[in-house]
Amino acid sequence: MTVVIEARDVEFAFGQTPALRGASVAVEAGEILAIMGPSGSGKSTLLHCLAGILVPDAGEVLFDGIRVDALAETQRSSLRRDRFGFVFQFGQLVPELTAAENVALPLLLSGVHRKQALPRAYAWFARLGLDGLEQRRSGELSGGQAQRVALARGMVTEPQVLFADEPTGALDSLTGEQVMDLLVGAAREQGTTVILVTHEPRIAAYADREVMVRDGRVNAPDRIAS
Amino acid sequence: MSVPLTLLGLLEREPSHGYDLKRDYDAFFGRGKPLPFGQVYSTLSRLARDGKVVISDVAPGSGPDRKRYVITDVGATEVEQWLTQPVDPEPHLQTVLFAKVVLALMLDRPAAEYLDTQRSAHLHRMRELTEIKRAGSLVDALLADHGLYHLEADLRWIEMTGARLDALRKEVRR
Ligand SMILES: Nc1ncnc2c1ncn2[C@@H]1O[C@H](COP(=O)(O)OP(=O)(O)O)[C@@H](O)[C@H]1O
Ligand SMILES: [Mg+2]
Repeated sequence: MTVVIEARDVEFAFGQTPALRGASVAVEAGEILAIMGPSGSGKSTLLHCLAGILVPDAGEVLFDGIRVDALAETQRSSLRRDRFGFVFQFGQLVPELTAAENVALPLLLSGVHRKQALPRAYAWFARLGLDGLEQRRSGELSGGQAQRVALARGMVTEPQVLFADEPTGALDSLTGEQVMDLLVGAAREQGTTVILVTHEPRIAAYADREVMVRDGRVNAPDRIAS
Repeated sequence: MSVPLTLLGLLEREPSHGYDLKRDYDAFFGRGKPLPFGQVYSTLSRLARDGKVVISDVAPGSGPDRKRYVITDVGATEVEQWLTQPVDPEPHLQTVLFAKVVLALMLDRPAAEYLDTQRSAHLHRMRELTEIKRAGSLVDALLADHGLYHLEADLRWIEMTGARLDALRKEVRR
């Protein structure tokens, strides 16, 4: 298997607070990886470094052979827009837009014409069991529906890597598992690599593999033969 | 709860008499169910028969407690294997896992690593159950969920214990 994205000895500090102290992790193409660990251990910071949102103080981030940490901000921003998808704990839908426009947004920002972007967005509503909700605003959606819309928005550009930071953290167990089921189903169909941050074992169990972050370092358990 | 392995583990600290083993077993692992003397001595003689302990010296007089037991290499290897291997991820493993953690701390072994190994065995089983849940009927899903919630409870215990290992070490070491 080929490694698609990798952090090597990444260090990052927020001012005087070290968040990552030499974190290394490699993710294979099409793999769904869960990043687990206690609150404050550095999970989100690691995800942000991998996704080119934060630039490490030391170490390297490689995506598809590219040194992400060495890119200029404009290049990192187009990488994020064109090759990556994102889902966060709180969907962060734009309240003024309809659900369909929210899903189409990453396409519109990539320069896809509205005429092509909206049908591609609509296709995701059927796929994620959201039929009939296309014209709703975020205030008119339940938590689970809003998170499924956010998932559609994360997947609509058919990203190579989907970054999901506690995507079910604000949902009850059943709704959270429905979102995970859809996320995993869509990612597998599309061959998308997923980096999933969660502190919940039942959510991590949807992944192919888990790593533990502790005090800014990654602890990968020896793989147990299946 | 494996009495033979726990007694072997206690013997790895230092050679002991049956009475001392019973006292420590009751204090740390008995939880209100003291180990009968008869079981201590029958277990020790089976361990001796199997070459896992030897009797180092016999004090003069009579009675079973004249004998001092010493763990052998075979016995120590068995303790090592038991401690390093994760328990099958079934519900209700707490007592076994608890005994392993306490003994590991007493013996100055890497208890945190054992917990990590156990966590990954649990997560492995949880992935299998999640796959069953995704592929199967609602009945399969509900049965899988039952297992998943129990395993999750174990994992929480593992996290809490992992976070308190330093304090626990102080309490069980002499
Ligand atoms: N914006 C920030 N400013 C200052 N410190 C931060 C910031 N974000 C995170 N931290 C600190 O960095 C460490 C790691 O945080 P984070 O990566 O968010 O952990 P996790 O996602 O595992 O909960 C913590 O000590 C946290 O307090
Ligand atoms: Mg976080």
